[in-house]
Amino acid sequence: MPDQAVSDLTPGELRDLRRLAAIMVPASTEHRVPGADDEAIFADIVRSLGRDREAVRKALALLREMAGGDFSRLDAATAETTAMEMLARGGSTVTALGRAVLQCYYRDDRVFIALGLEPRAPFPKGHQVEQGDWTLLDAVRGRPRMWRDVDGGGR
Amino acid sequence: MTTASGTSAPRPTDEIVDVLIIGSGASGAAVAWSLADTRMKILCLEQGDWIKPTEFPTNGRDWEARRYADFDISPNRRARATDYPVNDDNSPMKVANFNGVGGGTVLYTAHFPRMHPSDFRVKTLDGVADDWPVDYWTLEPYFAENDRVMGVAGLAGDPSYPLHQPTMPPVPLGRTGTRYAQAMNKLGWHWWPSDIAVATTEYDGRAKCINLGHCTPGCAQGAKASVDITYWPQALRAGVELRTRCRVREITTNEHGMASGVVYYDPSGVERFQPAEMVIVAANGIGTPRLLLNSASAQHPNGLANSSGQVGRNLMVHPWPQIYGYIDEEVDGDRAPMTVMWSKEFYETDPSRGFVRGYTLQFARGTGPANEAITSMAAGRLPWGRDHHRAYRTMLYRSLRVGVACEDLPEAHNRVTIDPILKDSHGIPAPRIDYTVSENTQRMMDHGIARSVEILKAAGCHTIHLPPPGVLNSPGHLLGTARMGHDPDHSVVNGWGRSHDVKNLFIVDGSIWVTSGGVNPTSTIQALALYIADNIKQRLANLFD
Repeated sequence: MPDQAVSDLTPGELRDLRRLAAIMVPASTEHRVPGADDEAIFADIVRSLGRDREAVRKALALLREMAGGDFSRLDAATAETTAMEMLARGGSTVTALGRAVLQCYYRDDRVFIALGLEPRAPFPKGHQVEQGDWTLLDAVRGRPRMWRDVDGGGR
Repeated sequence: MTTASGTSAPRPTDEIVDVLIIGSGASGAAVAWSLADTRMKILCLEQGDWIKPTEFPTNGRDWEARRYADFDISPNRRARATDYPVNDDNSPMKVANFNGVGGGTVLYTAHFPRMHPSDFRVKTLDGVADDWPVDYWTLEPYFAENDRVMGVAGLAGDPSYPLHQPTMPPVPLGRTGTRYAQAMNKLGWHWWPSDIAVATTEYDGRAKCINLGHCTPGCAQGAKASVDITYWPQALRAGVELRTRCRVREITTNEHGMASGVVYYDPSGVERFQPAEMVIVAANGIGTPRLLLNSASAQHPNGLANSSGQVGRNLMVHPWPQIYGYIDEEVDGDRAPMTVMWSKEFYETDPSRGFVRGYTLQFARGTGPANEAITSMAAGRLPWGRDHHRAYRTMLYRSLRVGVACEDLPEAHNRVTIDPILKDSHGIPAPRIDYTVSENTQRMMDHGIARSVEILKAAGCHTIHLPPPGVLNSPGHLLGTARMGHDPDHSVVNGWGRSHDVKNLFIVDGSIWVTSGGVNPTSTIQALALYIADNIKQRLANLFD
């Protein structure tokens, strides 16, 4: 678990968030990916809350209220039902919670590799892009002028 | 010297300059560069910092997360020490800006359309708003000069524009553009590769684009033309001085009603006075009215240059709904410049559509792995739980996105005022915006959304997602709040950017726009700034008469 001084979340909030993250983005053997509760991914999430920290705390408080106490102690079926009910409410708080989880999940090396992507930053290697089919523009080149020459400057 | 607070407090005074420019963004940089050849003593005060290429997000694995953090387009979310807050609670459109050397060009897509000739004559042609006091043909040489300095990729021959010659070949169509092009040809509608201020070849010392993809939050390669790497190096070499971390609080006036200089906070937070013979404001459509209104004094109780009452009014922000579609094959995703082409099929007025004026359709490639998940989750397209991974794999690098860039007409009630409570880190009152979407714009958006759906269907999208009601998607371009015009009773500056009220005060940013067109504004903002600079140079002998 991450250092609480870094995370600024209480132990209870950390437990609830980790359980919630596992439901939001679960591990999948079929897709060969860890869940968002994976130790390294979760540490990244907590470390990177940044501008979303207070919104995430609000979401966790709501979750705790809906769970009637510790969300992390609910049985699997109840936890999933409660989590999905909370997430379905939407709004800026849930959006911030989702952003906090997804921005870290989708930069993990294992997830990138499972998606067939190189685990690297865009710079300095960049990407190759094919030119595409420029002959398609031939259909447009012959069109008559479309702009209105109100001042007569286009004569 | 009279200040807004009515006091003559002792404060350090700097050496007088001939020209003081407030703001180093798109227009401030252009005007500084142009005036440099006069050999006048020119100083620019910028509240932000220089941004090093190594600081841009694409250098690191957190490149997508940082677009929601220190490189967010919203100053309220970004909240750098160099930002000022904007109360935009009473507006469905949010503010986009960047405070640093280069201003908004550091954080823009570099989509670089010009305004069209008809955009300057909306009253004459369509009976709405007002004509501009300048026209396309007057600005054309300045468009061309700006294209040369910035470096613009594109293709000559677009039938929707007067002929002009971009300086570099267009960005690749790629797989995504090819899909769009096939769809547009099927529908028989106009499209053309966009003018984009991205170097597709080595250009004027800048490296060519290597398709980092995330152009908006800054280009680590330096291929995107932000003015910190185009105009500013040349202006500095020509002798212009640029001071960063200097935030201007107010413009002062003397007993003759002329601007005498500015009060600003230096990097140490010390309040100083900078005297100047001439003041040029280049602080954008929010920052400029904020500064003018905060410069109210006994001589100018309603704000500086505001005898018309027009300062802050007529805010235009370009409502811009975006329509997503998903296809069943992988296309470019985030691995190339975001914008690829435009359509002007619905740009010029056609009364049968039920609205006046029109819009550009802007065709975007996809987005990156994290951002695809975040935006799709927020829009309700991507589920949580067991089905998350399967659904995600149908989306990543399979999205198309059409943006509807609507012309926003000026309305007096859409405005910038000074918030009675909110202040920046120096205690300077912050701006507040009040904005509503007009019926004409709403009809225009509805029309554009319907056409976008047709395009996405023609492109083979199996799933199409409309923007939720009320979600307009920023950009939040900032235009129109200190409009130009011939009549001092109804405009703030004259036809060449000089204040009607204060003869040595000029405004050169997007706030002087009379109408907004349906295009990204940077190209026209800069052409207009170069035009004003040229007028200043030609009229130096009697500039303040």
